Amino acid sequence: MNPLPDGLHAVVKRECPTCTLIEPVLRQLAARSSPVTVYSQDDPAFPASVKGVVDDRELEVSFRLGVQIVPTLIRMEKGRETGRAFGWNRAEWEALAGAQGLGPGLPGNRPGCGSRTEEPGMSFRLAARFGETGLASRAIRVPADADPIEVCFERGWTDGLPVVPPTKERVLAMLSGTTRAPGEVIGIVPPDRVECTVEKAAINAVMAGCRPEYMPVVLAAIDAALEPGFGLHGVLCTTNAVAPVIMVNGPIAKRIGMNSKGNCFGQGNRANAAIGRALQLVVRNVGGGRPGEIDRACFGNPGKYTFCFAEDEDDAVWESYAIEKGFAKGASTVTVFPGDGVEPIIDQNSRTPEALADSYAPCLRTIYHPGQVVDVAAFLIIAPEHARVFYGAGWSKQRVKDELNKRLQVPVRELKPGFGTDERLEKLKRENPDATVPKFRTGSLNIVRAGGTGLFAAIVSGIGSITINPVTKEIKA
Amino acid sequence: MSQELELLDPTAELSPVVRPRIARPASLEGKTFGLLDIAKKRGDVLLDRIEERLRERGHAVRRFRKERFSIVAPPELKQDIRERCDIVIEALAD
Repeated sequence: MNPLPDGLHAVVKRECPTCTLIEPVLRQLAARSSPVTVYSQDDPAFPASVKGVVDDRELEVSFRLGVQIVPTLIRMEKGRETGRAFGWNRAEWEALAGAQGLGPGLPGNRPGCGSRTEEPGMSFRLAARFGETGLASRAIRVPADADPIEVCFERGWTDGLPVVPPTKERVLAMLSGTTRAPGEVIGIVPPDRVECTVEKAAINAVMAGCRPEYMPVVLAAIDAALEPGFGLHGVLCTTNAVAPVIMVNGPIAKRIGMNSKGNCFGQGNRANAAIGRALQLVVRNVGGGRPGEIDRACFGNPGKYTFCFAEDEDDAVWESYAIEKGFAKGASTVTVFPGDGVEPIIDQNSRTPEALADSYAPCLRTIYHPGQVVDVAAFLIIAPEHARVFYGAGWSKQRVKDELNKRLQVPVRELKPGFGTDERLEKLKRENPDATVPKFRTGSLNIVRAGGTGLFAAIVSGIGSITINPVTKEIKA
Repeated sequence: MSQELELLDPTAELSPVVRPRIARPASLEGKTFGLLDIAKKRGDVLLDRIEERLRERGHAVRRFRKERFSIVAPPELKQDIRERCDIVIEALAD
């Protein structure tokens, strides 16, 4: 759009009582030798008494002029804006117009109304259409007769379920959820080892069904998953079943409505579902990690669509996982760890912490193979009714870990031959078969609290090795 | 606002790069072989046998090992192999 010609320009809408009030003023200004140009946001027949009203129902002029309030009066001189008034104020309007006696009989001052450019979601729609978006991604045209959802499938962008078509408008809205610049590189995504920008993350977050306020969590989750210590390449290309699991700690979980209670690993919560899916879609679309290609999983698991939850921090009896890891109280964090799925432990009878530990231990022992002690890790998720048994007896989280560790000493003779052992263990097995070794090396059994009603706990097992470990990042912007 | 819909590409927008293979040696005479064990169990069994056969034929053999199969080979290891060997054989087993 060219700059406005010199003279006065007024932006109005019929729906605004101040705009209808000042119709006589507009008529006065339109009758001058250099008449005002009036732009109407909602009805080109308004104001009826002014000729040549410009139809701005598409809001292009209003958007380019940055109009926030109607009426707005703008004065242009020599191609430059030299004055602007919002709402109706006789003195201001008279000064801008260089006129006297505007709107006789009208009150001297009336505030205006919100411009239609300020309607919810409108700014993204207008920026996508008329603005310099600053977005770098290639635009793919969808023919008028094509279904955009089907186009996404055909291009291989989906996990098998429909995705939200990533229009510019939606991506701009998503980017409003973070202060990070679209061009900022978050990290290098395997297997293709390509840079993932905030913009690519936002596009995939749109497709996954995220809301803009989830963006800081999505970005931190990608950040964490791309840390070398997490070993995303290994998590992705292994024949094992693991998927990256996302756990959120801190106040952001409630702010964005995440579920840490009943059915926290299940369906029905948008934030849990969409954040986990966004990470998966980044791996697929940016990193090029697709099943049957570099993803060589024998079984995979449903968590490869999405696997994300929040820790239940409602009672402060035990420290949260984030605080255990040294993050400040009140910080929000995201932790990624490899997980196979959910293995529930049902024990509705035990009322002592010892009895619960006796229940948990044999369940944990069987992970991967009762005789496997290498490359095995687990998150034990304790639901509130089980947690209360430990609280009542004064057991700390560390005490539970210690008691479990005591019960999870595996006799060397029971070690699984082959991959579950290493040379050191093979030697020990020959020389001292009565010796025991721990099922979990230090730090690879973690305990968190989540879940709803019922005397349950759950195990999320996963690979834990020298190259594959949980990674926690603070959620910032 | 009726418009043809445009979607933003969620991929890395990579164009596949076709890199020509390094020319195969005309002869194995006097060549040094690098045997890379990616640290998958029992890959060494295969490589031991290959080394034996190569040495019988008078070839120089150097052995290399990745620390862990689940990570990509670090650049230093790749450069080392490139610098000291003419031919590389990598073994995957389980």
